[in-house]
This record gives sequence, structure tokens and C-alpha cells, in this order.
Amino acid sequence: MAMFSQNPIMNGPSYSFNDAPKTNTPEGARQHRFDPYTDNGGSTLAIAGADFTIMAGDTRLTSGYSINSRYHPKVFKIGGTTADQKDATLVLSVVGFSADGEALKERLDTICKMYRYRHGKPMSVKACAQRLSTILYQKRFFPYYAYAILGGLDEEGKGAVYSYDPVGSYEREQCRTGGAAASLIMPFLDNQVNFKNQYEPGSGEGHALEERARRPLTRQEVEVLVKDAFDGAVERHIEVGDGLQMMVITKEGIEEILLPLKKD
Amino acid sequence: MPGFDFSNYNRNAALCARGMSLPKATSTGTTIVGCIFDGGVVIAADTRATSGPIVADKNCEKLHYISPNIWCAGAGTAADTEFTTALISSQLELHSLSTGRKPRVVTCMTMLKQHLFRYQGHIGAYLVVAGVDPTGTHLFTVHAHGSTDKLPYVTMGSGSLAAMSVFESSWKSNLTQEEAIDLCSKAILAGIFNDLGSGSNVDVAIITPEKTTLKRNHITPNQRVPKLGNYVFRRGTTAVLNEKVIRKEELGNFVSIHEMTEEADKMEVDT
Amino acid sequence: MNHLPQAWGRPRDDVYGAYDASYLQTSGPKQATQQPIVTGTSVIAMKFNEGVVIAADNLASYGALARFTDVKRLRVFLDSSVVGFSGDVSDMQYLDRHLNELAIDEAYDLETAATKDTSKPSGKLNAANLHKYLQKVLYKRRSDFDPLWNQILVAGFDAASKPFLASVDLRGTAFTSPSLATGFGAALAQPIMRNYAATEEDAARLTREEAVNVVKDCMKVLFYRDARSLDKYSIAVVTKDGVELKENEQLERQSWAFAERIKGYGTQTV
Repeated sequence: MAMFSQNPIMNGPSYSFNDAPKTNTPEGARQHRFDPYTDNGGSTLAIAGADFTIMAGDTRLTSGYSINSRYHPKVFKIGGTTADQKDATLVLSVVGFSADGEALKERLDTICKMYRYRHGKPMSVKACAQRLSTILYQKRFFPYYAYAILGGLDEEGKGAVYSYDPVGSYEREQCRTGGAAASLIMPFLDNQVNFKNQYEPGSGEGHALEERARRPLTRQEVEVLVKDAFDGAVERHIEVGDGLQMMVITKEGIEEILLPLKKD
Repeated sequence: MPGFDFSNYNRNAALCARGMSLPKATSTGTTIVGCIFDGGVVIAADTRATSGPIVADKNCEKLHYISPNIWCAGAGTAADTEFTTALISSQLELHSLSTGRKPRVVTCMTMLKQHLFRYQGHIGAYLVVAGVDPTGTHLFTVHAHGSTDKLPYVTMGSGSLAAMSVFESSWKSNLTQEEAIDLCSKAILAGIFNDLGSGSNVDVAIITPEKTTLKRNHITPNQRVPKLGNYVFRRGTTAVLNEKVIRKEELGNFVSIHEMTEEADKMEVDT
Repeated sequence: MNHLPQAWGRPRDDVYGAYDASYLQTSGPKQATQQPIVTGTSVIAMKFNEGVVIAADNLASYGALARFTDVKRLRVFLDSSVVGFSGDVSDMQYLDRHLNELAIDEAYDLETAATKDTSKPSGKLNAANLHKYLQKVLYKRRSDFDPLWNQILVAGFDAASKPFLASVDLRGTAFTSPSLATGFGAALAQPIMRNYAATEEDAARLTREEAVNVVKDCMKVLFYRDARSLDKYSIAVVTKDGVELKENEQLERQSWAFAERIKGYGTQTV
């Protein structure tokens, strides 16, 4: 399954020899066509806790080797009754092609608002997640080039994170990163959130070794992981930097935190 | 035959035709600059090396030694700048020994351009050549195709426009050494913060008739922030599936051992 | 003789034979703008404590040819916002006409609101509204594979009466920053402007005079290094009092001192 691959165009193994077949146009006969997509870089991250969800993204907007803006948020509150989103319960993060991301956000926000006006209650994450999938798949043959992550609290009050590929394949997860530095951050999260490749020392020999038991992380622990993940990504990915925007969703509401990142 | 080995050319061409692309070389998507002042010349560079969007080296050296009085800042394919400057450096040393004179900057520049022109741009070295010799202070740029230029202030690399904006708005004639260092550093900083291909620190080299001063990491505006979490694992966290111990005495059964008497040249290791 | 309008200006059939009308057919695939033809280069702008300053030169190029040297690329909207266009000039003129219509509609709405005092909200379109509108227009056109080949800066004020500056390009990508530049300016002018207005707080400390001087310096650097630029330019300052637009500015105090002692490109000494 080609889910969560980095880039739909360069969908090949990350090996120095790319197996993607070349186009058959003869050299020199290439026609210049309008390309409706660009990659605006940046990364997003979401982690679900026992009774909270943290959504984060850097605030740099790039095209090519230049920085368009040092503050362009990728994480949005959606589904509030008014434009200021004061009573919103859901958070959407989008990364990839910024114009598509924005269009996607506005469509989903409108839908959540309409639902709220009609039913007099905010949309559940589960319902919103399914709707987002449908929106993405509707544009299957001219996709929104955006990697979306939806976060909120489920019916039981537990943290919920739903992640998507550009054409609507989705899944509920404990944690997920998207965008430029996804391949740098995701292994770190696997190890630190889901304790992958960690075993209980002295619990056995070889294959009999017990895996380190998973436990829900506290909000403080998760905040530290998010900050460290982005500080690491900034060091090694040129398109990530400038600012870190975090949204913490709890039953009390959504808290927004803004922190500086390196600007080089 | 001396020079490059082309024996894999036909195989690679065949692979290319079947849709394989060539492996990506580390490029120094770079900001490098140079500026003449009264009594010498300054060159400067950032220290980021990239491979696509990934930072390959956060503190690489882009100021290359040619001779004690000639230095070179390199942009483009990292390996090409490294080897081209090393090759010309060694040829210039031999030339200097056979003529019994100090090497000249124009000689270096001419050798570089003739070497690069021969390879029609396939050697991706974009250089800023600077130095002081008995004929005076000199500053050149050399492009990968072999063209050269002579100017009182120059910039190259992906951050060349950002750096040039600093020169075009702040440069004046008759700079002092301090002013020139400051101006070059500002130009590099403009590249570091505005061009994604450039980053990390500022390296500066000052060449005067008396001596060359290399200021490695002259400015370090991008120190790594310390991690907040603790990522030390308890001993035994990683599963050991099988274990085999070979004692040092038994090592001879597997490989042939030669004792090293003196310590070999150590390569610089990043911290 | 055929007097139908279709035959006007055509070679006469009785003299030249039947006219091949096949290429007049309009049923083929629709041709959209696939590349810009006559183009304008950078637009640059930055915020200061009580407004925004924006500038663009007066050149429209046809490829490498400096074709039209008196083209105004800054447009005032409702005496309160300025729109700066770079990219295709015909698309700029299309948008300009579109904005004229919009301005007339707005003027009528404002008049009705003023005379009839309806419950309808009567605020006029500010720069933030205008930017959002243009973003929707450009995103729609890119989604139809019929892009308007421009990058646009919008300068003015937002709903909270704070200085507003934002950009939108041919793909509908929109963003804001204390200083902005399109095209070549993004590489050459933006580093200079960021030295003075790196953050919103920095911009809020800049005076009008400082900001205007920085922008004029940037126009000079652009003229030095952008081969598709001109030393004649337009500059507009948007404040709460309205828009001050000067369309025939000339670059001052150019410095070509660097050229004094250059001899050749290599080994030449005379």
C-alpha cells in the first residue's frame, strides 16, 4: 500500500538509484506545461494522549530554496461556531501544497460549521474524520496535494489522531508525522511513543525478551517529545524551521503554544 | 592513462536508458563571497552541505587551501570542488618549485579555468579564487564551464543573490580590513538566513602580503538547542538475538594482523 | 459579391479561390495561458509603524526585450489598498478591469448603505478582504488549468486597522510577512528588507521615512542585478489617511564605483 509515501510524484524506494521509469518524450521535445502543484515544505506532527491530543507544525513556508514566510501556520482549529474558532473542538494540520491545504481546511471547516448549526452540537472526531476522507477521495484524479492529520478527543474523552494520504486513505493512530521531515521524525516517534525496538532488560534471552510495555504518556512528556522532534528535524532538513506551533486539545478547550525554531 | 576512469561509461549509459538515474552527489548549495580591501583580500563561506533537502554536513569547510598566499572558496558538487582545488594546489606547488618563484593568483586561476573548460562543465566546481602575490591582490570567480570574472567583490552559490544584495547596498571602495571582514560576514549571514541551501556558521579567510589568517567558525549564529528529554536507554534495552565472542588472541585465525607502529594521519571528526 | 460580415476583409473568392476557413473553427480544445508573454518583474513591499510601502518598476518586458517602458504595475483599490502585479501584463490588465468592476459595485453598495441605513453591514472591502478575494480567483483559475500568470502583493489595512501585506501567486498560494517581494526581488530585495523588518514587532518600530528609504535602496539593488528591470519606478505609501502613489520616480544616487579599476576578466592588466 502506497499510503504515507513522501511524495506522490517521486514514489520510489529511497535508494540512490531511482526505479521510476523515465518519460518517453525524446530529448529536446519537451513541452512546457503549467504545473498546478508546488511543495511548500514544512512538517507536522500529532500525538494522542490518554485525555489530550497535541498537534504541532513548523511555521516556515518555502518554495524552492527560498523562504516565502517565516510565520505561516499549518495547524488550524476547525468547526467553531464563529470565525475566531473560540469554541472549536477539532484541530486539522495540513502540509504539502499550501494552497490545496488551505482550500481543504476551509471546506472541512465549512462542513463542520454547517453540521453544528443544523444539529446544535459539534461534530465528533470520528464523523469529521470520515467526512475528510470523502472530501479527499472526491478529488481522486486531481488530488489535494496535502498530507492532513485530524486531532481531537473521541466520545470517551480519549485523545484521537487520524492521519490521511492525499487521496483519502485514513487510519486512527497514536501518533503520526507528515511532510518534509516525516521520514526523520517518524522513527523517533515509533521508538519514543510506541516503544518500538525497546525491550525489558533482563526479561529473557533473544527472541524470548519481553517488549517494553506501552503506557500512555503525560502531557509534559509529549510536549518534550514534540519540541525535541522538531529541534532534530530543523538540524537536518532545510525546509523545516523558524517557528513551532502547538495546539493542545483537552476537555477544557484548545491551547495554542508558539515557540521559536532555528532560522537558517 | 592518467585522469578520470571512464570504463563504466557504457554500462551507466545503458542503465540510464533503462530508467535508472545516477546517484546523487553531495552538493554544497552554498553562499561564498570574496571582497578586496586596501592591503589584501577576504573570502568567506557558510558551512552547510546538502544532499537534496537533507543537511549532509552542518559544519563543512568550503575554504580550500591552494598555496600559503592563495585560497579558494568552493560551491557546487562537494567532491569536484575538493578534488579540483587539491589537484591545482599540487600542480601549482610543483610549478613554484621548478620556477623558484611564489605562485601567482592568475596562474592558479588560468590552470583552474583550463582544467574546467576541458571537462565542459561536467566537473561541477564553482570557485572564488583569492590571493596576494608579488603582482598584487587578486580576486576571481571561476565557473564550472571555465569562464572567469574579475571584480572587487564577488558572490557564488545558491545564496549568491542574497549575499550580493548586501554588497550592492553596502560596498564602498577603500575598505579597511575590519570593514571587509564585516561586510563579507554580513553577506554570508544573508545567505545563511535567506537561502535554504546555506546555513550554520561563517568561515572567513583574510589574505594579506604578510600572512593568511583562517578564521574557522568566525560567527556561529546557529548553535544547536539542547534536547529537553533524556534519550539514554537502559543497558539491555536492545534485543541481542545471538552472541559470539572472538578473543583478541584468536583473531589471527580469521584475519591477518599487522601491528601499526606509528599513529596514522587522523581525519577531522565532527563533534 | 458576398456582403456577409464573415467575408469582410477576406480575399475575394472570385479572384483568389475559395477561402480555407478550417482554421477559423473554434471547436478545438480551449487554449489557456501556458506561459507568460509580456511580463513585469519584481514587486517589493514592507510594513512600517503606521502603514505599508510598496514599489514596482515601470517596465514590461517581451522576453529579453524591454518592450514597454511606461507600464504602471501598482493599482489603487478604493483609495485604501494597493495591489502590485508581477508576471503576465495581459493577465494583470484583465484583473485590473475585474477590480474596477468590483470597485464600482462596492461604491454602489456603500452608497445604498449610507442613504438607506439598512441592517446590512456596510464596511468597505479592506486589503485583507481584497487579498482573500484575489486568492480565490487565482486558485479557481489554477484548478481549471487556466491560470492567471501573476504573483500579486496586496498592501493596506486589515479589519483590525493594522497594516496588512500579503502575497498570492498563480497557483493560489497565499502568505503574509512583514516584508514581501515577488520574482527576483524574493532573492535580492527580501534579504535587505528582512534586516530591517525581520518580525512584525520590528516592522511596527520602523518609521515611514525609514521604510521608504529601505524600499528605494532595494529598487536600486534590483536595477543593478535584475536584467529585466528599469530605473523608472512607481512607489506607493498606504496609511490610514489614504494612498500616496508616485508613478514616475527615478532611481537616485546610483554607484558604479566598483567599475573604476576593473581590467578584463582574467590575466589582462591594461
